[in-house]
Amino acid sequence: MRNIVKNIVVKYNNDKTRLMDILLDIQSEFGFISDEAVEVVAKETVLSKVDVEQTMSFYHFFTKSPAGKYAVYLNDSVVANLKGRAAVAKAFEEEAGCTFGSVSSDGTIGLYNTACIGMSDQEPAALINNVVFTQLTPLRVKEIVQKMKAGIPVNEMIDIKGDGHNSSELVNAMVFNNIRKAGPVFFTPNEDGAALKKIVGMSPNEVIDTVKESYLRGRGGAGFPTGLKWDFCRKSEGPRYILCNADEGEPGTFKERVILTEIPKLLFEGMAIAAYAIDAKEGILYLRAEYTYLKKYLEHTLEEMRKRNLLGKNIAGKNGFDFDIRIQMGAGAYVCGEESALIESAEGKRGEPRNRPPFPVQKGYLQKPTVVNNVETLCTVVKIINNGPEWFSSMGSRESNGTKLVSVSGDCQFPGVYAIEWGLRVRDLLEMAGTENVQAVQIGGPSGICIGPSGFKRSISFEDIPTGGAIMIIGKERNLLKDVVLNYMNFFIDESCGSCVPCRAITVLMRNTLQKIIDGKGVKKDINNLLDWGKKMKEANRCGLGQTAANPILTTIENFRELYDELVKDETEYETGFSLEEAVADSCEYVNRVPNL
Amino acid sequence: MSEKIKFTIDGKECLAEPGQNVLDAARDNGVFIPYLCHVRGIKQAGSCRVCNVKIAGRTMTACTTPVASGMEVENDTAELRDLRMTIIEALFVEGNHFCPSCEKSGNCELQALAYRYQMMVPRFPYQFPQKEIDASNPKILIDRNRCILCKRCVRSFKDDKGRSLFAFKSRGHKLQISIDKECALEITDEKAQEIMDICPVGALIKKEKGFDQPIGSRKFDKNPIGSDITSVI
Repeated sequence: MRNIVKNIVVKYNNDKTRLMDILLDIQSEFGFISDEAVEVVAKETVLSKVDVEQTMSFYHFFTKSPAGKYAVYLNDSVVANLKGRAAVAKAFEEEAGCTFGSVSSDGTIGLYNTACIGMSDQEPAALINNVVFTQLTPLRVKEIVQKMKAGIPVNEMIDIKGDGHNSSELVNAMVFNNIRKAGPVFFTPNEDGAALKKIVGMSPNEVIDTVKESYLRGRGGAGFPTGLKWDFCRKSEGPRYILCNADEGEPGTFKERVILTEIPKLLFEGMAIAAYAIDAKEGILYLRAEYTYLKKYLEHTLEEMRKRNLLGKNIAGKNGFDFDIRIQMGAGAYVCGEESALIESAEGKRGEPRNRPPFPVQKGYLQKPTVVNNVETLCTVVKIINNGPEWFSSMGSRESNGTKLVSVSGDCQFPGVYAIEWGLRVRDLLEMAGTENVQAVQIGGPSGICIGPSGFKRSISFEDIPTGGAIMIIGKERNLLKDVVLNYMNFFIDESCGSCVPCRAITVLMRNTLQKIIDGKGVKKDINNLLDWGKKMKEANRCGLGQTAANPILTTIENFRELYDELVKDETEYETGFSLEEAVADSCEYVNRVPNL
Repeated sequence: MSEKIKFTIDGKECLAEPGQNVLDAARDNGVFIPYLCHVRGIKQAGSCRVCNVKIAGRTMTACTTPVASGMEVENDTAELRDLRMTIIEALFVEGNHFCPSCEKSGNCELQALAYRYQMMVPRFPYQFPQKEIDASNPKILIDRNRCILCKRCVRSFKDDKGRSLFAFKSRGHKLQISIDKECALEITDEKAQEIMDICPVGALIKKEKGFDQPIGSRKFDKNPIGSDITSVI
């Protein structure tokens, strides 16, 4: 064992900044990371054991004890639950003979809950040893567990193949793309490498200016102007890095899964363009652990592009334009979608967001200037180069140029990916998705906002409702507070890195208060408390996760106040639970005086 | 050497060294901004959020914000006092802080801040979490009931190879500190004292050294925390 671990560490040159890869390889080789393995890794990378453990214990998919020959990670997101997860979970427990959070007595099957795995358009879904199983039913679970008990390799259990590249040999997944609406930027024909050939005739500054002119804003949610970000980075002294954030973990989002499956070349070309603009030699695609099933295929795509001189040395025939990309896998942490946490993780550390300043464009990956861009942003750049900034800025609204990919899921007929023009009304999107009796729409995932029918006239745009793209539709029959808000709060509690006190502690206190209200034990004061604490969460936390962790509660109090009021019958501020007058009656009688209230 | 930077805190004119953070600069100018995770000279954690101030309408931690020329910092306002109290109270209910039986009582910065801001009862319900105590090390006792996860120990103690003596484990509300058994073998008595002193609360206690100072001679017995910088009116 020690030798295998040692070889894994040596493979990464005993480099502690590659700790993520080292731990991932060990987890994959042994099905867990033993204390002995930690000891070897620590020794070989000149870290203390607690240093290794602090990275390891941060990530959901690293386990200290054997995770089971088949480790089943069943999605526990809101949409999964709307689509019948409870029955599927019950079937897993009954068939496997163990409960969630444990391994069957013979060590064959481990059952675990996990946060959204990016399959909201085909839930309930699970990852079993990194293979995706979608649209699960209790009957299907029965079959799968029987096969696991018979020792059949998990790859051989894939009997339905998805569409597009999902069915290719390298992906081999039962995942469906569900592209419902293609747009001018996405899923329309594009000549590979054309943009690269075009930019090598331009200066890096001209490339940056073109992106600036298009007024492209980051598609991850924050909306920072992309050209400006590149410009800042270029002005800091190199070497510089380009990182692509493919850690889409916002529950309900899956558009990047589809991009990575169908048009990864567009993405890698976008990374190369960014590299040319900021003069970076190395790029990293940070891919969320849940998409491990795409890794082999993406590596093959990179290899193809190298062969075609679209990556590697002297790209597109331009002397000195050298750039290559490696894939960094995550290991299960939503917060790593925050750009500085992503950088920390890519350096082999805990995914704790950094303090700013310095900004990543000044000191990012390995303390060097770094651009972190979203998958969708980088793909869009390619189209801007090919078609010109005017073409791009002619679409959308004033503050929100171009188009946006959104992931639609929940109570609708056509869940999937829609390429929409910014400025689209929510009600128009609902019509496209085939909905009726909609109670609420969650826009931007749990960290976004929850609106009711009176808000459906609003538009999806930076001016009105900005979003990274996760849109979930909640039908009339659902219990909004219990089925949706409570789940989101638990999600944030699980995914907080724990650094900032408000995010670590107050999120739990807010969830508990919400539970109290749902249980019918709340008083009016509880609602006011939630509003007050939530406002402080927005102000006092360091990163976007903490600042938005109260949003599920805050935006439903704002837009669905009646649901809270109904549960909180008492009009008094306090529920004292007993009457002081009655409690002191005996003693008052004894000393012969009236209660002093 | 280089020219000092002019800025104001609650209207008071202050001077800072270039590159200096707002928290340190405030202290040098006789202005108290409360904090729990900061240690002067060590890389900021910016994690307790108690030193939050307002600059140009935005709430930001004083310890991680470099002073800029002409900056107008809001510090001792009713809004910020309430925000800070909320955080301090959240810390009290998140752990198990029984001051009367704690070796650090009177020297504890969390307790002292609660006194300075006249905390009566936390606005949150107590959580009474189950926390583990680690007494395996011969020199240092770790009582996680009292730990506020400020990361002071994690940031302060590395060996000559850069290996950590303390580190975080897990995440979110399950976050805890742990001590490296191998590195911990080298803790001397002096080092143990240093560790205990850097901990703002009673989470790291030097063994065989509890209740050392009599009541009356402890750090915050006579004057509230920060009164060496700004006296409490």
